[in-house]
Amino acid sequence: MSGVDRFIIPVGETGHSVMAGDTELGGGSKANRFKELALPHLDAVYTLARYLMRNRSDADDAVQECYLRAFSHFDTFRGVSIKPWLFAILRNVCHSVYLEKARLVYGEEIGSEASADPMWREQGDTPEQAVVRRGESETMRRLIDKLPAEFREVIVLREINDLSYRDIALVIEAPIGTVMSRLARARALLRDAWLAAEGGSKGQ
Amino acid sequence: MNCDEAQVLLHALIDGELDAGNAREVEAHVAACPKCAATLSDVQDLRKAIDSRALQFTAPRGLRRNIEGKLPASPATAANRRAILKGFALGATATALAASGLLLMVTREIEQRRVLDEIVSAHLRSLQSDRLTDVVSSDQHTVKPWFNGRLAASPPVIDLTAQGFTLLGARIDYVDARPVAAIVYRRRVHIINLFCEPASSQAETAASMQSLHGFNVRSWGEKGIHLWAVSDINPDELSEFGEKFAAGLSQ
Repeated sequence: MSGVDRFIIPVGETGHSVMAGDTELGGGSKANRFKELALPHLDAVYTLARYLMRNRSDADDAVQECYLRAFSHFDTFRGVSIKPWLFAILRNVCHSVYLEKARLVYGEEIGSEASADPMWREQGDTPEQAVVRRGESETMRRLIDKLPAEFREVIVLREINDLSYRDIALVIEAPIGTVMSRLARARALLRDAWLAAEGGSKGQ
Repeated sequence: MNCDEAQVLLHALIDGELDAGNAREVEAHVAACPKCAATLSDVQDLRKAIDSRALQFTAPRGLRRNIEGKLPASPATAANRRAILKGFALGATATALAASGLLLMVTREIEQRRVLDEIVSAHLRSLQSDRLTDVVSSDQHTVKPWFNGRLAASPPVIDLTAQGFTLLGARIDYVDARPVAAIVYRRRVHIINLFCEPASSQAETAASMQSLHGFNVRSWGEKGIHLWAVSDINPDELSEFGEKFAAGLSQ
Protein backbone atom coordinates (compact mmCIF):
# COMPACT_ATOMS: atom_id res chain seq x y z
CA MET A 1 0.00 0.00 0.00
CA SER A 2 1.14 3.53 -0.52
CA GLY A 3 1.22 4.19 3.21
CA VAL A 4 -1.08 7.18 3.03
CA ASP A 5 -4.75 6.76 3.71
CA ARG A 6 -7.30 9.24 2.64
CA PHE A 7 -10.67 9.87 4.03
CA ILE A 8 -12.77 12.69 2.69
CA ILE A 9 -14.78 14.58 5.25
CA PRO A 10 -17.20 17.21 4.09
CA VAL A 11 -16.70 20.35 6.11
CA GLY A 12 -18.89 22.62 4.03
CA GLU A 13 -22.21 24.14 4.84
CA THR A 14 -25.40 22.34 4.10
CA GLY A 15 -27.63 24.75 2.25
CA HIS A 16 -31.21 24.11 1.32
CA SER A 17 -29.99 22.15 -1.64
CA VAL A 18 -29.01 19.44 0.78
CA MET A 19 -32.58 18.38 1.05
CA ALA A 20 -32.48 17.63 -2.63
CA GLY A 21 -31.39 14.35 -4.09
CA ASP A 22 -29.09 13.58 -6.93
CA THR A 23 -30.61 13.44 -10.37
CA GLU A 24 -28.10 11.00 -11.78
CA LEU A 25 -28.55 8.44 -9.10
CA GLY A 26 -32.23 9.12 -8.63
CA GLY A 27 -32.94 10.97 -5.41
CA GLY A 28 -35.00 8.16 -3.98
CA SER A 29 -32.47 5.38 -4.33
CA LYS A 30 -29.60 7.50 -3.03
CA ALA A 31 -31.65 8.50 -0.02
CA ASN A 32 -32.69 4.92 0.59
CA ARG A 33 -29.15 3.66 0.43
CA PHE A 34 -28.02 6.42 2.75
CA LYS A 35 -30.79 5.66 5.23
CA GLU A 36 -29.97 1.98 5.13
CA LEU A 37 -26.28 2.59 5.85
CA ALA A 38 -26.31 5.66 8.09
CA LEU A 39 -29.44 5.51 10.21
CA PRO A 40 -28.48 2.35 12.12
CA HIS A 41 -25.62 4.42 13.60
CA LEU A 42 -27.89 7.20 14.83
CA ASP A 43 -27.66 6.20 18.49
CA ALA A 44 -23.87 5.95 18.31
CA VAL A 45 -23.59 9.32 16.59
CA TYR A 46 -26.00 10.82 19.10
CA THR A 47 -23.94 9.37 21.96
CA LEU A 48 -20.77 11.00 20.65
CA ALA A 49 -22.66 14.27 20.19
CA ARG A 50 -23.90 14.21 23.77
CA TYR A 51 -20.36 13.83 25.06
CA LEU A 52 -18.89 16.40 22.72
CA MET A 53 -21.61 19.04 23.22
CA ARG A 54 -22.59 18.10 26.78
CA ASN A 55 -26.13 19.28 26.42
CA ARG A 56 -29.17 17.85 24.77
CA SER A 57 -30.32 20.56 22.42
CA ASP A 58 -26.85 21.26 21.01
CA ALA A 59 -26.39 17.52 20.51
CA ASP A 60 -29.72 17.28 18.66
CA ASP A 61 -28.78 20.13 16.36
CA ALA A 62 -25.30 18.74 15.72
CA VAL A 63 -26.56 15.26 14.86
CA GLN A 64 -29.15 16.65 12.48
CA GLU A 65 -26.57 18.84 10.76
CA CYS A 66 -24.18 15.87 10.62
CA TYR A 67 -26.70 13.64 8.86
CA LEU A 68 -27.69 16.31 6.36
CA ARG A 69 -24.05 17.09 5.62
CA ALA A 70 -23.25 13.39 5.29
CA PHE A 71 -26.17 12.89 2.93
CA SER A 72 -25.25 15.81 0.72
CA HIS A 73 -21.72 14.41 0.39
CA PHE A 74 -22.73 10.77 0.33
CA ASP A 75 -21.34 10.35 -3.18
CA THR A 76 -17.87 11.21 -1.85
CA PHE A 77 -18.06 8.49 0.78
CA ARG A 78 -15.60 5.81 -0.27
CA GLY A 79 -14.87 4.09 2.97
CA VAL A 80 -15.63 0.58 3.94
CA SER A 81 -17.37 1.49 7.13
CA ILE A 82 -19.60 4.54 7.35
CA LYS A 83 -19.49 4.88 11.13
CA PRO A 84 -16.08 6.59 11.45
CA TRP A 85 -17.01 8.85 8.55
CA LEU A 86 -20.19 9.96 10.32
CA PHE A 87 -18.23 10.46 13.54
CA ALA A 88 -15.66 12.60 11.74
CA ILE A 89 -18.38 14.75 10.19
CA LEU A 90 -20.11 15.10 13.54
CA ARG A 91 -16.86 16.11 15.18
CA ASN A 92 -16.35 18.83 12.58
CA VAL A 93 -19.91 20.04 13.07
CA CYS A 94 -19.40 20.18 16.83
CA HIS A 95 -16.16 22.10 16.44
CA SER A 96 -17.74 24.66 14.14
CA VAL A 97 -20.64 25.09 16.55
CA TYR A 98 -18.14 25.74 19.31
CA LEU A 99 -16.29 28.23 17.17
CA GLU A 100 -19.52 30.02 16.32
CA LYS A 101 -20.31 30.35 19.94
CA ALA A 102 -16.77 31.59 20.49
CA ARG A 103 -16.32 29.10 23.24
CA LEU A 104 -13.17 27.26 24.13
CA VAL A 105 -13.10 23.83 22.62
CA TYR A 106 -10.44 22.27 24.74
CA GLY A 107 -9.75 22.26 28.42
CA GLU A 108 -13.05 23.82 29.29
CA GLU A 109 -14.64 23.02 32.64
CA ILE A 110 -18.06 21.53 32.61
CA GLY A 111 -20.91 23.99 32.97
CA SER A 112 -23.67 23.63 35.56
CA GLU A 113 -26.19 23.33 32.74
CA ALA A 114 -24.82 20.02 31.54
CA SER A 115 -24.36 18.36 34.90
CA ALA A 116 -27.89 19.28 35.99
CA ASP A 117 -29.16 17.08 33.24
CA PRO A 118 -29.51 13.42 34.27
CA MET A 119 -29.10 11.29 31.20
CA TRP A 120 -30.41 7.94 32.27
CA ARG A 121 -34.03 9.02 32.28
CA GLU A 122 -34.41 9.19 28.56
CA GLN A 123 -32.91 5.79 27.85
CA GLY A 124 -35.99 3.66 28.28
CA ASP A 125 -34.32 1.16 30.61
CA THR A 126 -35.97 -1.42 32.75
CA PRO A 127 -36.16 -0.18 36.36
CA GLU A 128 -33.44 -2.63 37.43
CA GLN A 129 -31.00 -1.39 34.81
CA ALA A 130 -31.72 2.18 35.80
CA VAL A 131 -31.02 1.50 39.44
CA VAL A 132 -27.71 -0.20 38.71
CA ARG A 133 -26.73 2.59 36.42
CA ARG A 134 -27.69 5.54 38.49
CA GLY A 135 -24.81 4.98 40.83
CA GLU A 136 -21.65 3.99 39.02
CA SER A 137 -22.47 4.91 35.49
CA GLU A 138 -23.86 8.31 36.36
CA THR A 139 -20.62 9.05 38.18
CA MET A 140 -18.57 7.74 35.27
CA ARG A 141 -20.54 9.78 32.78
CA ARG A 142 -19.98 12.91 34.80
CA LEU A 143 -16.26 12.19 35.06
CA ILE A 144 -15.97 11.63 31.32
CA ASP A 145 -17.83 14.89 30.72
CA LYS A 146 -15.25 16.69 32.83
CA LEU A 147 -12.28 15.47 30.80
CA PRO A 148 -10.73 18.01 28.45
CA ALA A 149 -12.20 17.55 24.97
CA GLU A 150 -9.13 15.95 23.35
CA PHE A 151 -9.14 13.20 25.99
CA ARG A 152 -12.92 12.95 26.29
CA GLU A 153 -13.33 12.16 22.63
CA VAL A 154 -10.83 9.30 22.56
CA ILE A 155 -12.43 7.75 25.65
CA VAL A 156 -15.90 7.95 24.10
CA LEU A 157 -14.70 6.58 20.76
CA ARG A 158 -12.73 3.73 22.31
CA GLU A 159 -14.66 2.76 25.45
CA ILE A 160 -18.23 3.63 24.56
CA ASN A 161 -18.35 3.35 20.78
CA ASP A 162 -15.74 0.57 20.54
CA LEU A 163 -13.74 1.93 17.62
CA SER A 164 -10.38 0.49 16.57
CA TYR A 165 -7.30 2.71 16.85
CA ARG A 166 -7.32 3.04 13.11
CA ASP A 167 -10.89 4.33 13.04
CA ILE A 168 -10.23 6.68 15.94
CA ALA A 169 -7.25 8.03 14.00
CA LEU A 170 -9.52 8.70 11.03
CA VAL A 171 -12.12 10.43 13.17
CA ILE A 172 -9.79 12.71 15.09
CA GLU A 173 -7.52 13.30 12.09
CA ALA A 174 -4.38 12.22 13.88
CA PRO A 175 -1.78 9.47 13.47
CA ILE A 176 -2.28 6.19 15.32
CA GLY A 177 0.69 6.99 17.55
CA THR A 178 -1.15 10.06 18.76
CA VAL A 179 -4.28 8.00 19.37
CA MET A 180 -2.28 5.61 21.53
CA SER A 181 -0.55 8.26 23.60
CA ARG A 182 -3.72 10.32 24.00
CA LEU A 183 -5.71 7.29 25.08
CA ALA A 184 -3.02 6.41 27.62
CA ARG A 185 -3.20 9.92 29.08
CA ALA A 186 -7.01 9.98 28.96
CA ARG A 187 -7.27 6.74 30.89
CA ALA A 188 -4.79 7.95 33.49
CA LEU A 189 -6.80 11.15 33.99
CA LEU A 190 -10.10 9.29 34.15
CA ARG A 191 -8.77 6.75 36.59
CA ASP A 192 -7.47 9.45 38.93
CA ALA A 193 -10.80 11.24 38.81
CA TRP A 194 -12.66 7.97 39.37
CA LEU A 195 -10.56 7.03 42.40
CA ALA A 196 -11.09 10.50 43.85
CA ALA A 197 -14.85 10.26 43.28
CA GLU A 198 -15.05 6.77 44.78
CA GLY A 199 -13.03 7.80 47.81
CA GLY A 200 -15.25 10.81 48.28
CA SER A 201 -18.53 8.94 48.02
CA LYS A 202 -17.54 6.03 50.22
CA GLY A 203 -15.51 8.04 52.72
CA GLN A 204 -12.44 5.89 52.14
CA MET B 1 11.27 -2.61 25.50
CA ASN B 2 11.57 0.25 27.96
CA CYS B 3 8.92 1.54 30.36
CA ASP B 4 8.02 4.57 28.25
CA GLU B 5 7.16 2.29 25.36
CA ALA B 6 5.40 -0.25 27.55
CA GLN B 7 3.30 2.43 29.26
CA VAL B 8 1.75 3.24 25.90
CA LEU B 9 1.78 -0.22 24.34
CA LEU B 10 0.02 -1.85 27.27
CA HIS B 11 -3.06 0.07 26.18
CA ALA B 12 -2.76 -1.40 22.70
CA LEU B 13 -2.41 -4.82 24.38
CA ILE B 14 -5.60 -4.33 26.39
CA ASP B 15 -7.44 -3.07 23.33
CA GLY B 16 -6.45 -6.10 21.26
CA GLU B 17 -4.52 -3.98 18.77
CA LEU B 18 -1.27 -5.97 18.98
CA ASP B 19 -0.37 -9.08 17.08
CA ALA B 20 0.78 -12.15 18.99
CA GLY B 21 4.50 -11.31 18.82
CA ASN B 22 4.20 -7.76 20.12
CA ALA B 23 1.64 -8.82 22.71
CA ARG B 24 4.14 -11.35 24.08
CA GLU B 25 6.83 -8.66 24.31
CA VAL B 26 4.59 -6.29 26.23
CA GLU B 27 3.48 -9.11 28.50
CA ALA B 28 7.08 -10.08 29.15
CA HIS B 29 7.95 -6.50 30.10
CA VAL B 30 4.92 -6.19 32.37
CA ALA B 31 5.76 -9.48 34.06
CA ALA B 32 9.19 -8.12 34.99
CA CYS B 33 8.22 -4.52 35.79
CA PRO B 34 6.10 -3.73 38.87
CA LYS B 35 5.41 -0.18 37.69
CA CYS B 36 3.98 -1.24 34.33
CA ALA B 37 2.14 -4.17 35.94
CA ALA B 38 0.44 -1.68 38.27
CA THR B 39 -0.56 0.54 35.35
CA LEU B 40 -1.93 -2.46 33.48
CA SER B 41 -4.09 -3.53 36.38
CA ASP B 42 -5.22 0.09 36.98
CA VAL B 43 -6.39 0.36 33.40
CA GLN B 44 -8.15 -2.99 33.60
CA ASP B 45 -9.96 -1.90 36.77
CA LEU B 46 -11.02 1.32 35.13
CA ARG B 47 -12.34 -0.50 32.09
CA LYS B 48 -14.35 -2.83 34.32
CA ALA B 49 -15.96 0.22 35.88
CA ILE B 50 -16.94 1.59 32.50
CA ASP B 51 -20.24 0.03 31.51
CA SER B 52 -20.26 1.10 27.89
CA ARG B 53 -23.90 0.21 27.33
CA ALA B 54 -25.01 2.25 30.29
CA LEU B 55 -22.97 5.19 29.04
CA GLN B 56 -24.58 5.18 25.62
CA PHE B 57 -27.46 7.42 24.73
CA THR B 58 -30.49 6.68 22.64
CA ALA B 59 -31.37 9.27 20.05
CA PRO B 60 -34.74 10.88 20.81
CA ARG B 61 -37.50 9.65 18.52
CA GLY B 62 -38.21 13.18 17.41
CA LEU B 63 -34.65 13.56 16.18
CA ARG B 64 -34.82 10.36 14.19
CA ARG B 65 -38.13 11.41 12.64
CA ASN B 66 -36.73 14.83 11.84
CA ILE B 67 -33.74 13.43 10.01
CA GLU B 68 -35.79 10.86 8.13
CA GLY B 69 -38.22 13.59 7.16
CA LYS B 70 -35.49 15.81 5.80
CA LEU B 71 -33.89 13.19 3.59
CA PRO B 72 -35.43 13.50 0.17
CA ALA B 73 -37.49 11.19 -1.89
CA SER B 74 -37.37 13.60 -4.83
CA PRO B 75 -34.75 14.39 -7.49
CA ALA B 76 -32.91 17.71 -7.63
CA THR B 77 -29.91 19.99 -8.03
CA ALA B 78 -26.20 19.45 -7.60
CA ALA B 79 -25.52 22.81 -5.97
CA ASN B 80 -24.09 21.16 -2.91
CA ARG B 81 -20.96 20.24 -4.85
CA ARG B 82 -19.73 23.74 -4.15
CA ALA B 83 -19.03 22.74 -0.62
CA ILE B 84 -15.44 22.64 0.36
CA LEU B 85 -14.11 19.14 0.63
CA LYS B 86 -11.25 18.38 2.82
CA GLY B 87 -9.10 15.30 2.66
CA PHE B 88 -6.64 14.33 5.25
CA ALA B 89 -3.78 11.99 5.39
CA LEU B 90 -2.70 9.51 7.97
CA GLY B 91 0.97 8.94 7.55
CA ALA B 92 3.39 6.52 9.06
CA THR B 93 4.77 9.52 10.90
CA ALA B 94 3.34 9.05 14.32
CA THR B 95 4.62 12.40 15.53
CA ALA B 96 4.02 11.90 19.22
CA LEU B 97 6.04 8.71 19.21
CA ALA B 98 8.36 9.35 16.32
CA ALA B 99 11.38 8.74 18.48
CA SER B 100 10.53 5.12 19.05
CA GLY B 101 11.17 2.65 16.27
CA LEU B 102 9.28 -0.05 18.08
CA LEU B 103 6.12 2.03 18.36
CA LEU B 104 6.36 2.95 14.71
CA MET B 105 6.64 -0.69 13.83
CA VAL B 106 3.60 -1.52 15.92
CA THR B 107 1.52 1.23 14.36
CA ARG B 108 2.51 -0.06 10.92
CA GLU B 109 1.42 -3.55 11.86
CA ILE B 110 -1.92 -2.25 13.10
CA GLU B 111 -2.34 -0.57 9.70
CA GLN B 112 -1.48 -3.76 7.86
CA ARG B 113 -3.92 -5.86 9.84
CA ARG B 114 -6.57 -3.29 9.12
CA VAL B 115 -5.84 -3.58 5.41
CA LEU B 116 -6.25 -7.35 5.62
CA ASP B 117 -9.61 -6.78 7.28
CA GLU B 118 -10.68 -4.45 4.54
CA ILE B 119 -9.53 -6.79 1.77
CA VAL B 120 -11.63 -9.59 3.22
CA SER B 121 -14.57 -7.21 3.76
CA ALA B 122 -14.36 -6.05 0.15
CA HIS B 123 -14.32 -9.69 -0.98
CA LEU B 124 -17.38 -10.47 1.13
CA ARG B 125 -19.21 -7.40 -0.13
CA SER B 126 -18.55 -8.42 -3.71
CA LEU B 127 -20.06 -11.86 -3.07
CA GLN B 128 -23.13 -10.48 -1.34
CA SER B 129 -23.99 -7.71 -3.73
CA ASP B 130 -24.86 -7.93 -7.38
CA ARG B 131 -21.76 -5.88 -8.10
CA LEU B 132 -19.19 -8.62 -8.42
CA THR B 133 -18.15 -7.24 -11.78
CA ASP B 134 -18.64 -3.86 -13.47
CA VAL B 135 -17.27 -5.22 -16.72
CA VAL B 136 -18.10 -8.80 -17.57
CA SER B 137 -15.69 -10.45 -19.95
CA SER B 138 -13.42 -13.42 -20.11
CA ASP B 139 -11.24 -11.52 -22.58
CA GLN B 140 -8.27 -9.76 -20.99
CA HIS B 141 -8.13 -7.39 -23.96
CA THR B 142 -11.61 -6.15 -23.05
CA VAL B 143 -11.05 -6.00 -19.32
CA LYS B 144 -7.73 -4.15 -19.26
CA PRO B 145 -8.78 -1.14 -21.37
CA TRP B 146 -11.94 -0.82 -19.26
CA PHE B 147 -9.77 0.47 -16.42
CA ASN B 148 -8.35 3.30 -18.53
CA GLY B 149 -9.55 6.60 -17.17
CA ARG B 150 -11.09 4.88 -14.18
CA LEU B 151 -7.87 4.41 -12.26
CA ALA B 152 -4.60 6.33 -12.28
CA ALA B 153 -2.76 3.23 -13.45
CA SER B 154 -4.18 0.39 -15.48
CA PRO B 155 -3.68 -2.92 -13.63
CA PRO B 156 -2.38 -6.12 -15.22
CA VAL B 157 -5.16 -8.37 -16.47
CA ILE B 158 -4.08 -11.90 -17.26
CA ASP B 159 -6.31 -14.61 -18.64
CA LEU B 160 -5.68 -17.79 -16.69
CA THR B 161 -8.64 -19.76 -18.05
CA ALA B 162 -6.35 -22.34 -19.63
CA GLN B 163 -4.67 -22.82 -16.25
CA GLY B 164 -7.94 -23.51 -14.46
CA PHE B 165 -8.82 -20.02 -13.26
CA THR B 166 -11.58 -18.49 -15.37
CA LEU B 167 -11.49 -14.74 -15.87
CA LEU B 168 -14.97 -13.37 -15.13
CA GLY B 169 -14.41 -9.62 -15.34
CA ALA B 170 -13.44 -6.71 -13.15
CA ARG B 171 -14.66 -3.78 -11.12
CA ILE B 172 -13.39 -0.82 -9.13
CA ASP B 173 -13.50 -1.43 -5.41
CA TYR B 174 -12.40 0.52 -2.37
CA VAL B 175 -9.85 -0.61 0.15
CA ASP B 176 -8.88 1.74 2.92
CA ALA B 177 -10.94 4.45 1.22
CA ARG B 178 -8.79 4.20 -1.91
CA PRO B 179 -9.98 3.00 -5.28
CA VAL B 180 -8.31 -0.25 -6.32
CA ALA B 181 -8.71 -2.57 -9.28
CA ALA B 182 -10.48 -5.83 -8.52
CA ILE B 183 -10.07 -8.56 -11.12
CA VAL B 184 -12.43 -11.47 -10.66
CA TYR B 185 -11.65 -15.11 -11.35
CA ARG B 186 -13.51 -18.32 -10.75
CA ARG B 187 -12.09 -21.68 -9.68
CA ARG B 188 -14.84 -24.31 -9.90
CA VAL B 189 -17.60 -22.69 -7.78
CA HIS B 190 -15.23 -20.42 -5.87
CA ILE B 191 -14.69 -16.74 -6.58
CA ILE B 192 -11.23 -15.22 -6.39
CA ASN B 193 -10.92 -11.46 -6.10
CA LEU B 194 -7.52 -10.13 -7.10
CA PHE B 195 -7.02 -6.59 -5.78
CA CYS B 196 -4.20 -4.58 -7.36
CA GLU B 197 -2.71 -1.28 -6.42
CA PRO B 198 0.43 0.54 -7.56
CA ALA B 199 3.15 -0.07 -4.95
CA SER B 200 5.40 2.63 -3.59
CA SER B 201 8.48 0.86 -4.92
CA GLN B 202 9.52 -1.54 -7.66
CA ALA B 203 10.97 -3.91 -5.08
CA GLU B 204 9.53 -7.39 -4.92
CA THR B 205 7.64 -8.33 -1.79
CA ALA B 206 7.65 -12.00 -0.97
CA ALA B 207 4.25 -13.66 -0.93
CA SER B 208 2.58 -14.14 2.40
CA MET B 209 -0.56 -16.13 3.14
CA GLN B 210 -2.94 -15.04 5.85
CA SER B 211 -6.31 -16.27 6.87
CA LEU B 212 -9.26 -14.29 8.24
CA HIS B 213 -12.88 -15.29 8.83
CA GLY B 214 -12.39 -18.44 6.78
CA PHE B 215 -10.91 -16.67 3.78
CA ASN B 216 -7.34 -16.95 2.61
CA VAL B 217 -5.46 -13.88 1.49
CA ARG B 218 -2.22 -14.11 -0.45
CA SER B 219 -0.42 -10.81 -0.75
CA TRP B 220 2.70 -10.04 -2.69
CA GLY B 221 4.38 -7.30 -4.67
CA GLU B 222 6.16 -7.30 -8.00
CA LYS B 223 6.86 -5.00 -10.90
CA GLY B 224 5.65 -1.99 -8.94
CA ILE B 225 2.27 -3.50 -8.13
CA HIS B 226 0.90 -4.75 -4.87
CA LEU B 227 -1.54 -7.62 -5.15
CA TRP B 228 -3.92 -9.37 -2.81
CA ALA B 229 -5.70 -12.54 -3.91
CA VAL B 230 -8.68 -13.46 -1.69
CA SER B 231 -10.81 -16.55 -1.82
CA ASP B 232 -12.27 -19.39 0.16
CA ILE B 233 -10.25 -21.90 -1.88
CA ASN B 234 -7.50 -23.60 0.06
CA PRO B 235 -4.10 -21.94 0.52
CA ASP B 236 -2.36 -24.33 -1.88
CA GLU B 237 -4.69 -23.49 -4.72
CA LEU B 238 -4.50 -19.80 -3.93
CA SER B 239 -0.70 -20.03 -4.06
CA GLU B 240 -0.98 -21.83 -7.36
CA PHE B 241 -3.17 -18.98 -8.60
CA GLY B 242 -0.63 -16.40 -7.42
CA GLU B 243 2.26 -18.22 -9.06
CA LYS B 244 0.44 -18.61 -12.36
CA PHE B 245 -0.53 -14.96 -12.30
CA ALA B 246 3.09 -14.01 -11.59
CA ALA B 247 4.27 -16.24 -14.43
CA GLY B 248 1.81 -14.53 -16.76
CA LEU B 249 3.02 -11.16 -15.57
CA SER B 250 6.63 -11.96 -16.44
CA GLN B 251 5.84 -13.03 -19.98
